[in-house]
Amino acid sequence: MKVALLPEGLRSRLQQRVEEASGQNVLACYQCGKCSAGCPVAGVMDLLPNQVIRLVQLGLVEEALTSQTIWYCAACLTCAARCPKGVDLPRVMEALRELAMERSGDHLPPDRLPAEALAEWPQQAVIGGFRKYTW
Amino acid sequence: MEAARDREEQHAGHGGEARAGTGRRIGVFICHCGSNIAGTVDVRRAAEAVRGLRGVVYATDYGYMCSDPGQALIRRAIAEQGLDGIVVAACSPSMHEATFRRTAEAAGLNPYRLEIANIREQCSWVHQEEREEATRKAIALIASLVEKVRGDDPLEPLGTPVTRRLLVVGGGIAGMTVALEVADAGHEVILVERGAQLGGRLSQIRETYAALSPLAAPLETLVERVREHPRIRVLLESEVESASGYVGSFTVTLRPALPAAALAGDRGESNQAIGGTQYEVGAIVVATGYELLPLSRLGEYGGGRVADVVDALEFERLLADGVLRRPSDGRVPRRVVFVQCAGSRDPEHGVPYCSKVCCLYTAKQALLYRQRVPDGEAIVFAIDVRTGGRRYEEFAQRAVEEGHVLYLRGKVAKLFRQGDRVIVWGVDTLAGRNVEVAADLVVLAAAVVPSAGAAELGRRLRATTDELGFFREAHPKLRPVESLTAGIFLAGAAQGPKDIAETVSQAGAAAAKVLGLFSRPELVQEPTVATVLEELCAGCGLCVSACPYEARSLNPRLRVAEVNAALCQGCGACVVACPNKACVVRNWRPEQTLAMVGAVLGETPYRSPDAGE
Repeated sequence: MKVALLPEGLRSRLQQRVEEASGQNVLACYQCGKCSAGCPVAGVMDLLPNQVIRLVQLGLVEEALTSQTIWYCAACLTCAARCPKGVDLPRVMEALRELAMERSGDHLPPDRLPAEALAEWPQQAVIGGFRKYTW
Repeated sequence: MEAARDREEQHAGHGGEARAGTGRRIGVFICHCGSNIAGTVDVRRAAEAVRGLRGVVYATDYGYMCSDPGQALIRRAIAEQGLDGIVVAACSPSMHEATFRRTAEAAGLNPYRLEIANIREQCSWVHQEEREEATRKAIALIASLVEKVRGDDPLEPLGTPVTRRLLVVGGGIAGMTVALEVADAGHEVILVERGAQLGGRLSQIRETYAALSPLAAPLETLVERVREHPRIRVLLESEVESASGYVGSFTVTLRPALPAAALAGDRGESNQAIGGTQYEVGAIVVATGYELLPLSRLGEYGGGRVADVVDALEFERLLADGVLRRPSDGRVPRRVVFVQCAGSRDPEHGVPYCSKVCCLYTAKQALLYRQRVPDGEAIVFAIDVRTGGRRYEEFAQRAVEEGHVLYLRGKVAKLFRQGDRVIVWGVDTLAGRNVEVAADLVVLAAAVVPSAGAAELGRRLRATTDELGFFREAHPKLRPVESLTAGIFLAGAAQGPKDIAETVSQAGAAAAKVLGLFSRPELVQEPTVATVLEELCAGCGLCVSACPYEARSLNPRLRVAEVNAALCQGCGACVVACPNKACVVRNWRPEQTLAMVGAVLGETPYRSPDAGE
């Protein structure tokens, strides 16, 4: 059984960064679950969208960052349109992705790629790889 | 058959008051109630059949007997036929007995010589597939009520005077509100308060949800108004010793309040020696309020022995100080945990009900704490956040969104002291995680329970309390401010958890009830009460103990039982208890009942309409 301690205070630095980056007050969410109920991708997510928000509310941002859900989110905005408290979940998901990428660094370090490869590979794929494959 | 009739007539002749010459001209009025009755019961045949009953001189049927033309038909028949008793065969007497009694009275017939035969609820509605049997049953029911009317005495309603003085028990917001309303309307009020001052729980509360409006000033104004009011007599440190009497005419004995310790059960002799003072009042309002479940009842939350674990009222007191400091060492608490449902919704260890006010006051306290200690943290453990009421949900959300109060969904399992902090073991069922929080201060939203001594007061007033000690209302929806005892009304949390606005509303409603009572010149009561045949009464006293309304007493000089007609509800318990058959309920004499049963069984002989007896 996991025990979540709240040692560093309710408003952790990471939590505040998520709020800053997303422009959302994650505490406004009262966990009704409507976002998850209507999410078209929820079937393949490891955590439901509301659970990701809950982790952020509890200051357990690290756990949210390792969730696949933030990558499955297609930013279709269905949840944002339906949220009774006006929380824009796709913005929160995007903020979490940003944080995750910031920590992992680029998967394809351009300075260490062979020049031939850079010349041969489709440029869009290479640039896309900088951002997407972060773990 | 002949012998049975003789016996029956002997019964009818026994113990009567001026029944000779009455009951010979009875009219029967059968209502169709549209198709409600006539669709099942053959009303024509029924009317024909009852015309042959003994004493019946007139019988008819009509579409809607309760309508104006229907009532006119009854009045006309009473006049033209010279009827001295009538049976209306229609719906339940709870529907229209009062209507038809007024009709009879308007036609000059004593209203107590009218009976209702219920051939709708108890016949046509339940026998829709059995028309033949339904018709026979309707005839039998009417025949039995004809027999009852034959034995009915003309009665006059009993009038009792009203003492226009009110006793209010409890000097909190509920009691003060009632007292002011009734006193402003011109009546005397005695306000008795067990404590040393007026104000009640409100004097312990700083600001109210949801507007965060300060209470101190308006409360002070209210207390002053009560104290200065020329028609309100405030008796502090006093309580009700005993009460007797009935609506409009209570006698209450008030005495100095027992010290709190004595409430636990130890009644010292010295208190009895003090003696009480008697007051005559016409109505009583119970406004004894609430208290919080003692922390000693909450073992897993430290039982009141863990430092810096306080109940919500104690936290209000901490908020009242200039700087919010925790009790143990005077430090400003940097993290406060609020535990909701501390004893509420816990039938196993606390109380089964929701205490109703905690969700909102916890949000308020958390918000006030965050205002007082801006860098502090407020965490609330709640299993539900119930915010029914105007602007209440918005307020709770404000605590979350503006106050950054963290709500965890779960009940706290236990808490204990570790060093200078209190460790709280809880859970967040939304995240599926156990949670351990080290807090500087823990506030328990302890369950709202009735004031100590409420059940005992209920016994003294004969106003019943429920198994939890809250005063019972006469009907939870339709008569919420009346107790089950006429003339005793309820206001505020004495009846169940209520917030301030609800309490004030109910207090106003109770005052309206009292004023309604005081506006009547006298109280009119049903005269169908018990009487004693003194020549048969042996003075054994069995009826005294059988009476649930304390309407019975023994006359020590005559050594016979007496009935206080104002208290008697005509239930008949004394009739059953009396070994000498000396107890009789007016118009419910045993021989009437036997004759009714006989009629249903078909033992009543038929007579031609004009034969008389």
